[in-house]
Amino acid sequence: MPKVKFDILETTCVPLPLENIDTDQIIPARFLSATSREGFGDNLFRDWRYNKSGEKNSEFILNDPRYSGKVLITGKNFGCGSSREHAVWAIYDYGFRAVVSSDLADIFRNNSLNNGLLPVVVPAKFLKYLLDLTGKDPDTRVRIDLGKQLFSVMPAGESVRFEINQYKKECLMKGLDDIDYLLSIMDLIKAYEFRNTLGK
Amino acid sequence: MTPQTLFDKIWDSHVVRSVEKGPDVLYIDQHFIHEVTSPQAFNGLKERGIPVFRPDKTLATADHNIPTKDQHLPIKDELSRNQVEKLAENCKKYGIEFFGLNHPKNGIVHVIGPELGYTLPGMTIVCGDSHTSTHGAFGTIAFGIGTSEVEMVLATQCVLQSKPKKMKISVSGLLQKGVTSKDLILHIISQLSTNGATGYFIEYSGSALKALSMEGRMTICNMSIEMGARGGLIAPDETTIKYLSQIPSLSGRSDFNSLLKNWKELKSDPGAVFDREHEFHANEIKPMITYGTNPGMGMAVDATIPLITSKSAGIASFIKSHEYMGFKPGMKILGHRVDYVFLGSCTNGRIEDIRAFTQLVKGKKKAPDVTALIVPGSKRVEQQAINEGLDKILKDAGFELRQPGCSSCLAMNEDKIPAGKFSVSTSNRNFEGRQGPGARTLLVSPLTAAAAAVTGKITDPRDLLND
Repeated sequence: MPKVKFDILETTCVPLPLENIDTDQIIPARFLSATSREGFGDNLFRDWRYNKSGEKNSEFILNDPRYSGKVLITGKNFGCGSSREHAVWAIYDYGFRAVVSSDLADIFRNNSLNNGLLPVVVPAKFLKYLLDLTGKDPDTRVRIDLGKQLFSVMPAGESVRFEINQYKKECLMKGLDDIDYLLSIMDLIKAYEFRNTLGK
Repeated sequence: MTPQTLFDKIWDSHVVRSVEKGPDVLYIDQHFIHEVTSPQAFNGLKERGIPVFRPDKTLATADHNIPTKDQHLPIKDELSRNQVEKLAENCKKYGIEFFGLNHPKNGIVHVIGPELGYTLPGMTIVCGDSHTSTHGAFGTIAFGIGTSEVEMVLATQCVLQSKPKKMKISVSGLLQKGVTSKDLILHIISQLSTNGATGYFIEYSGSALKALSMEGRMTICNMSIEMGARGGLIAPDETTIKYLSQIPSLSGRSDFNSLLKNWKELKSDPGAVFDREHEFHANEIKPMITYGTNPGMGMAVDATIPLITSKSAGIASFIKSHEYMGFKPGMKILGHRVDYVFLGSCTNGRIEDIRAFTQLVKGKKKAPDVTALIVPGSKRVEQQAINEGLDKILKDAGFELRQPGCSSCLAMNEDKIPAGKFSVSTSNRNFEGRQGPGARTLLVSPLTAAAAAVTGKITDPRDLLND
């Protein structure tokens, strides 16, 4: 997994104002036969980005030349459905570094945190404001300060504080991952096993 | 002592350590893997130069990306074949038990785990597949994980998880004739919505659940994820014990009696507090069907598609969904044309499901314009269907029993539904393109699928059931 440190991100955004976007839309199952983590960005939102004959669908936001940036803003319950981590790999590989919504699916959120993609959950009202704003003005810039857990519209627009598990925050800011942590407590894990084998 | 929920009891007894201001380190008793979400995890181990910590606690199967015909031949698609071969290689290298294609124990991971006795009450179970929640039917904490977490379990037999909140769903009364556990869970999801249980782990209880077989309970727990829940469980009872006692590898164990004793104690204490509670009444539930592109968009099979009001959340998503399905608010779908019927998946690919479908189509004929895929969940289910003569009854009615796999549920293999076609499916997801690009999925029970298969139309199965 990419051990990139996350600190402060200033960027334009891509708004996708639909709710309940499932991981089958993010990366359809027919692209899951690969055995590496690379290259999934090409097929991100494949069936929305391209029409049946394989041409770009000009109405889809990722094909709109006015929009670019490292933050994807989207409706509630983003990432629901399948546990496929390929969805996060596709979003990251495409170039996004944060996903903003009022509600993210559980497994998707965990997968994001494990891959350096920052999940930012904001109040529903703020999300609506953000989707309206970026929908009207593609040049809207935002700033995410992970240390302060602050999401702000620039230059001095509204800002909201977002929640993140302190352990995961530290992992993201230092570029550490869970396996490093778990491997460091193998003695505890073995002791747990010993206790529970004896008890049975 | 404060009364505890069953979920708390199992979770707390598996915590190796709680990280300060962080998640819990949760010990995993049983890990399942399959070909699609494991290769990158094995690559990770290789890069780190570390072994699989407890290979005896992981079981592998090939199910997602395999054909359901001519399984004795090499897999045609090169990428799919490579993926299954990679899994075989990795299992051999790391000493993991693997039930590959043609193995008599092969099948969908959430079908074989329970039927082979790997899934036991009180366990923590994970798999790189969201429908791992299925195993909760046995009173386990079972949930889907991503590939990074698969790597964690392979490396350390643990995952880092924040403890979810607890929800209780009790269902009183009994399901009526022609109404199955699939209808019950589709009804619950339609009421709570596709993200109504996000952040929660569910315990199901009540007379309607108590009356269900283990197969029926697995269908319920399986679809917990479709309302956003981490998982769902049902406390073990006599039905659970009976099911497990019939598995020779378990009942032959020298410690079987002490296992039984432990299992009987697995229940929530009276007065245990849940963060949220919901109640449903089974008697009121009719056969269900979905009309949209998420499992929360469900209704009784004879109902009309709800109108979109200005209060409806996410109007844009509703409109997009109706356009995709070719439906309009206010219309009935009873009597609507059906092109494909799919019986199978980890939701409804068990013997009871095949029996239900067969019971309804017996003595009738498949509608001429319907293409049907009847896919058993495992080799054992396939064999049992043959032993019971179900394959012959199906054949006489114009249906063919295929070989086991995930098949058309996610259409990674060639079992794809063509664009624009209406597929009445016993699987778990009606997302856009789920069964093939442009395919339109309507989720139903095995009985409603059978009714559609013989009439070629959306039909209330109660109209066709004999007394």
